[in-house]
Amino acid sequence: MPPVSVDGYLEAFRRQGRIVVVGASLAGLRAAETLRDEGFTGTLTMIGDEPHEPYDRPPLSKQVLLGKVPPDHTDLPRRRPVDAEWRLGVAATGLDLAAKRVQLSDGDSVEYDRLLITTGVRARPWPRELEAELDGVFVLRTRDDARRLHHRLKAGPRGVLVIGAGFTGSEIASACRERGLSVTVAERGAAPLVGALGGVVGEVAAELHRSHGVDLRCGVQVTGLEGDAAGRVRTAHFSDGTAVEAEAVVVALGATRNTEWLADSGLGAGPRGIACDAGCRAFDVRGIVTDDVFVAGDVARSPHPLFGYQFLSLEHWGNAVAQAEIAAHNMVSASADRRPHLWMPSFWSAQFGVNIKSVGVPPMADQIIVTQGSLAEHRFTAAYGHQGRVIAAVTFDQAKWLDFYEGEIERAAPFPPEFPTVDRRPEGMQPVPAGFPDPSLPSHGPTVTLSGHSPTDRRITFTPRRA
Amino acid sequence: MRLVVDLNRCQGYAQCAFLAPDVFTMHGDEALMYDPQPDDEQRKNVRRAAEACPVRAITVEYGDETLAAGTAGASRVG
Repeated sequence: MPPVSVDGYLEAFRRQGRIVVVGASLAGLRAAETLRDEGFTGTLTMIGDEPHEPYDRPPLSKQVLLGKVPPDHTDLPRRRPVDAEWRLGVAATGLDLAAKRVQLSDGDSVEYDRLLITTGVRARPWPRELEAELDGVFVLRTRDDARRLHHRLKAGPRGVLVIGAGFTGSEIASACRERGLSVTVAERGAAPLVGALGGVVGEVAAELHRSHGVDLRCGVQVTGLEGDAAGRVRTAHFSDGTAVEAEAVVVALGATRNTEWLADSGLGAGPRGIACDAGCRAFDVRGIVTDDVFVAGDVARSPHPLFGYQFLSLEHWGNAVAQAEIAAHNMVSASADRRPHLWMPSFWSAQFGVNIKSVGVPPMADQIIVTQGSLAEHRFTAAYGHQGRVIAAVTFDQAKWLDFYEGEIERAAPFPPEFPTVDRRPEGMQPVPAGFPDPSLPSHGPTVTLSGHSPTDRRITFTPRRA
Repeated sequence: MRLVVDLNRCQGYAQCAFLAPDVFTMHGDEALMYDPQPDDEQRKNVRRAAEACPVRAITVEYGDETLAAGTAGASRVG
């Protein structure tokens, strides 16, 4: 076949091909917009298991819980019309790679020429089902979760228990305190945020909790939730033998990737996500890259050259946007015009009145140094080092310095940093151990997961310890 | 009207909180909170806020026409 046929295929595909996007949230929407921006004029089908149009999730644990914004007021703005067929409230239940067909929960199926998977993650539920079903036990991931939780918080429960002090759990605790509610936070690790930011910064996070009146209990597990005769949660028991009364319990134990529907598909999909190459093309279980299935957002794991070409799984808002744009571009581009997804991991969290931001991959670090400001003042910039180079940086209320450190990470600058900095304090003269826990025992699920070099590695390191 | 702020991009300059205080507020010294679906009467203020943002972090869909400020939510190094 002369090469001109291949070009001819791409032109015909761009003009009248069929693209199906499974997952109608941030990544799916931005991908759809990019496809149209890039001149794709074929049919576009958007499949989403939630009944809602694409909405933004970060406000759910902040503005929405505080009652400043109604739960259904977080629809994402559109950058442009996408002219798609929306199949909302319908989940994908299976994928036939050979027939190029997605099976849907309503019994229907949709055929594609190219497929984009942006199914994201869902909240990990409380592992004991009967306890999870008690009235007053919540998770927070979706708009409907937020509506239910906000409704309960508004009613003024006597005692809220948050299980897990990752970013979501900490933000929920912060919102509860701001509402004047009494809050206990139970964290299996040594400190809040310890899996994502390490023990040194985790101690600062612990101070934030305590100085805002949170009853923070680290190094404990919740061994059981107990309800009253009417099935309403009332008491939580801890591994240290203590118990608290709680009329609302929020389970914030991290997220699970939505890949079950691909279990028999032959794609390299598992609990850690769907492996894809730097161009967002999915690998199959043989480790061979596909050319008609693409992946973006929280559900993807892709290799990153800045971090030893390990596969990274990123539950980050910015990654969902950037990867969706790259995936969409590559879906409608010839091989030579494709781009790699080389996004610098970045995220933010607002809690207890402090703006926390991060670039790079802190959990890779062995050491940390406070280069500006002071931990004690809860206002600082810390650089993380991995084998003598800068691998990440975190700021508490010093976001404006972060761009500089991003550049340092990109050029693999030496660690500890050799430059003088403004507002350097005595505590910032020497690096100290960063204090990350054994990665095989994360407590609340870090938002960046390094998952090795194999595209077909379907193992998972997180094993919830049964109470 | 719908809007979203790319808070990776945001550096807390608070121009938006100054120009559209009913939509954008600082929560503490640096964290920004905003109303993602403000009333239409805020349109003029929101437009000024989006245009004044030094890091072009605010993406707005005004409803009648789609106008994206800045590079519209593209992330830090995209």
